[in-house]
Amino acid sequence: MSTTDAPAARPTVDDGFGQVTGRGDSVFRGLATASGYIIMLALAGVAIFLVLEGWPAIQATGEQAYGKDNIVLFVWPLVFGTLLAAVLSLLMAVPLAIGGALVISHYAPRPLAKTLGYLVDLLAAVPSVVYGLWGIGFLAPAILPSYQWLQDKLGWLPFFEGPALSGRTILTASIVLAIMVLPIVTAICREVFAQTPTMHQEAALALGATRWEMIRMTVFPYSRSGVVSAVMLGLGRALGETMAVAMVLSATGIVTFNLISTQNPSTIAANIALNFGNASGLKINVLIFSGLVLFVATFAVNFLGRWIARRGQVKG
Amino acid sequence: MAKSIDISDLDIYYGDFLAVQGVNMTVKARSVTAFIGPSGCGKSTVLRSLNRMHEVIPGARVEGKVVVGGQSLYDEGVDPVAVRRQIGMVFQRPNPFPTMSIYENVLAGNRLNAKRMKKDEADSIVERSLKGANLWEEVKDRLGKPGMGLSGGQQQRLCIARAIAVEPQILLMDEPCSALDPISTSAIEDLIHELKDDYTIVIVTHNMQQAARVSEETAFFNLKATGEPGHLVEFNSTSQMFTNPDEEATEAYISGRFG
Amino acid sequence: MTTPTINRPSGGDRASLPLTTPQLPPIAPALSAGLAVGVAVLAGLLLSWSVVGMAVLAWLLAMVFLPTWSLLLEGRRKAVDRLVTALVWSTFALAMLPLLSLIWQVVAKGAPALSVEFFTYSMRNVIGEGGGIYHAIVGTFLITGLATLISVPIGVLAAIYLVEYSSEGKVAKAVTFLVDVMTGIPSIVAGLFAFALFVLIFGPGIRMGFGGSIALSVLMIPIVVRATEEMLKLVPDELREASYALGVPKWRTIVKVVLPTALSGIVTGITLAIARVAGETAPLLIIAGSATSLNWNPFSERMATLPVFIFSSITEQGRYPEAQTERAWGAALVLIIIVMALNLIARLIGRVFAPKTGR
Repeated sequence: MSTTDAPAARPTVDDGFGQVTGRGDSVFRGLATASGYIIMLALAGVAIFLVLEGWPAIQATGEQAYGKDNIVLFVWPLVFGTLLAAVLSLLMAVPLAIGGALVISHYAPRPLAKTLGYLVDLLAAVPSVVYGLWGIGFLAPAILPSYQWLQDKLGWLPFFEGPALSGRTILTASIVLAIMVLPIVTAICREVFAQTPTMHQEAALALGATRWEMIRMTVFPYSRSGVVSAVMLGLGRALGETMAVAMVLSATGIVTFNLISTQNPSTIAANIALNFGNASGLKINVLIFSGLVLFVATFAVNFLGRWIARRGQVKG
Repeated sequence: MAKSIDISDLDIYYGDFLAVQGVNMTVKARSVTAFIGPSGCGKSTVLRSLNRMHEVIPGARVEGKVVVGGQSLYDEGVDPVAVRRQIGMVFQRPNPFPTMSIYENVLAGNRLNAKRMKKDEADSIVERSLKGANLWEEVKDRLGKPGMGLSGGQQQRLCIARAIAVEPQILLMDEPCSALDPISTSAIEDLIHELKDDYTIVIVTHNMQQAARVSEETAFFNLKATGEPGHLVEFNSTSQMFTNPDEEATEAYISGRFG
Repeated sequence: MTTPTINRPSGGDRASLPLTTPQLPPIAPALSAGLAVGVAVLAGLLLSWSVVGMAVLAWLLAMVFLPTWSLLLEGRRKAVDRLVTALVWSTFALAMLPLLSLIWQVVAKGAPALSVEFFTYSMRNVIGEGGGIYHAIVGTFLITGLATLISVPIGVLAAIYLVEYSSEGKVAKAVTFLVDVMTGIPSIVAGLFAFALFVLIFGPGIRMGFGGSIALSVLMIPIVVRATEEMLKLVPDELREASYALGVPKWRTIVKVVLPTALSGIVTGITLAIARVAGETAPLLIIAGSATSLNWNPFSERMATLPVFIFSSITEQGRYPEAQTERAWGAALVLIIIVMALNLIARLIGRVFAPKTGR
């Protein structure tokens, strides 16, 4: 980029044209700079306005806090549900994403790989509300027999205690979430896998490594930080995803690790979406406060993810 | 034991594009053979076809025969992985595995075949290979340090150590000194002299002096014209090649009239 | 531990190893898969399992057959390689199943809902059957259009600042980083932000379409910045220098040389960003609300949009759940078509209008 710096350091270029072009330059420069600052302001604004409108919720009790004694008791089960759904979805999505990314970067022949890449992008393009509709209209009823099977065979595990009477469980919601975070994790993994230097891959192959051995020797070590950051960004997406959970999950807001019962934890985002329309007075502040908690959590996760990615780049 | 390579009527394609046409030659065992020629003439491509590394590029294929010690490399049932295991390769730019220590870099190839190696066995392979690559004295006190911490010339010798640790029959070197300074280059050239007692060595080089210094025999590749496939112009003993070549084109290239 | 046939003690004599190792025939994977399916179907029929059960069993068997065969014939390393290859392809296939199922479901269940009435009527005074999504389509176009009007200038200018003016200073680094972080803001948080902002300005209980545009802008700006930034970085510095050498001031160089060169890429990025936010639901649910009537004025009252229409059709089913559900699928089909069309347009723009630099 050193060459682009040069013109900035020589304002004498427009000497011959007098003040006019000089003014044009400074106006344009000002506009561009202002836009850069607007973005920072917007992000700060998100935090500030959520704090302003969420703050009154500190005093909310009883009816105003949806029947809980205070705001912490209200938010905690939602935080639990949010984390549970996000972690479950990542457990399912990350192995699939790594496999899918490997197919595109190393296994599929070139022309096919491109098409497969488009398919993954297509998966990302489907609006979340459509995933929600598919989840409640197709997946939930279709998956119920599997839950009954799980309850029968693995009911002694606390996760599958049941009763498995409905498909609209936290597990179904997590599956839909997993499908939704899959494209972003796949896309980032595919990128970092593909960036593994050819010379290292050739070194492994020239030693007589099979394709998998080559991947284990060169691709995985090289892309470790990239994969970690992909997982973090996927986690950010899963934490904040609203519609799929709001539509699929039949939530009662309890804290449980039972994944297939009719009593399910809710998530922050879904809870806001479902209750905001009917909320009034302090309840709105309570919901905004929970949104603030979500914002802080996702911000931290995304920050960490991007930071790891940056650090990995500098090192690589 | 070190083997000879017989190449007959070798054509190499990338998809529909014919990159190299009609190569016939015999590389002697326990000797150094140099490939020279202008850029793009296909000498690296031919080298890579000797251990099927060209197959890494999608669409690359070969017609003709490459026979190593009586076994054709392109017969049905030949496993490219087994071929590469026995025909080692050293690349243009030193490429030790960045996440591995010097010790682990040397053992990388051996680890593929033997998951569990006894400590003393592993130690002896590392010592023997690093000594074989003239690197032992320089690194014996820091075997646990990352291989990337070495200088360029040391890294390249580490890569040679890694290649000979699996005891291949043949060593292919693709411009191994082009990224190195003169002192490292001469260290590598000395090493090549020592290695030819045990290995058949084929080296691609841009540097004609280097070819003259290290090789017994030299193959000169050229393009008939731009867009035409590369071909073998002359294959001869190095001394004759550099004093009294058979072909006029060779003479022109060696005396610096083109290329 | 089976001893693979090609494995020899390392460090031994350098006797030549065989180059030809026993190899499975090329049809081995297909054969194993076929065998696995056959066995699974047989077992499934005997034990009267469901199709899903049979599929799972078939997959498991295939994952056992091929590697075992390979282990016996080709040795451990090849067996592992084959197992991983099969696993990796399976993950991809599994990841694609939901996409296929989803598209199939949306088309199959949505198509019957489509009719002239569906596109030309709102839901005003509709109870039960009938009605349409005209009001929601209008709302989606208005709100997304306004969001685009807000986001594109800010996003493009910010990217210009980052690439052309900031010379990689501290502020620029912070902005680039925050833009990255901003792409991860949950959409519902963007909606709450717009709501909190508007409540402070207009008082409690505010709902308006424009608020939705503001919320969508928060989501859209980072995408536009990212896309534009990438494209501007691709413009070769030689072009800029050539222009400076002619005495053209910097801002005119950017407007006349840099932007036109990067234009197709930028437009592609913007189109993809529009496609992304057009399907957003959560923020619109918060600030734009839902409505049954047509509303052309984004600055007052609630405004229906396609995504929110789908959501509320499902969550507020009332006395006519079948009609509500059918309309939801119909609207989903329309929404998917719009989003996919935008994606397709974006790719076409990227391909057709790409500058022919010959690089």
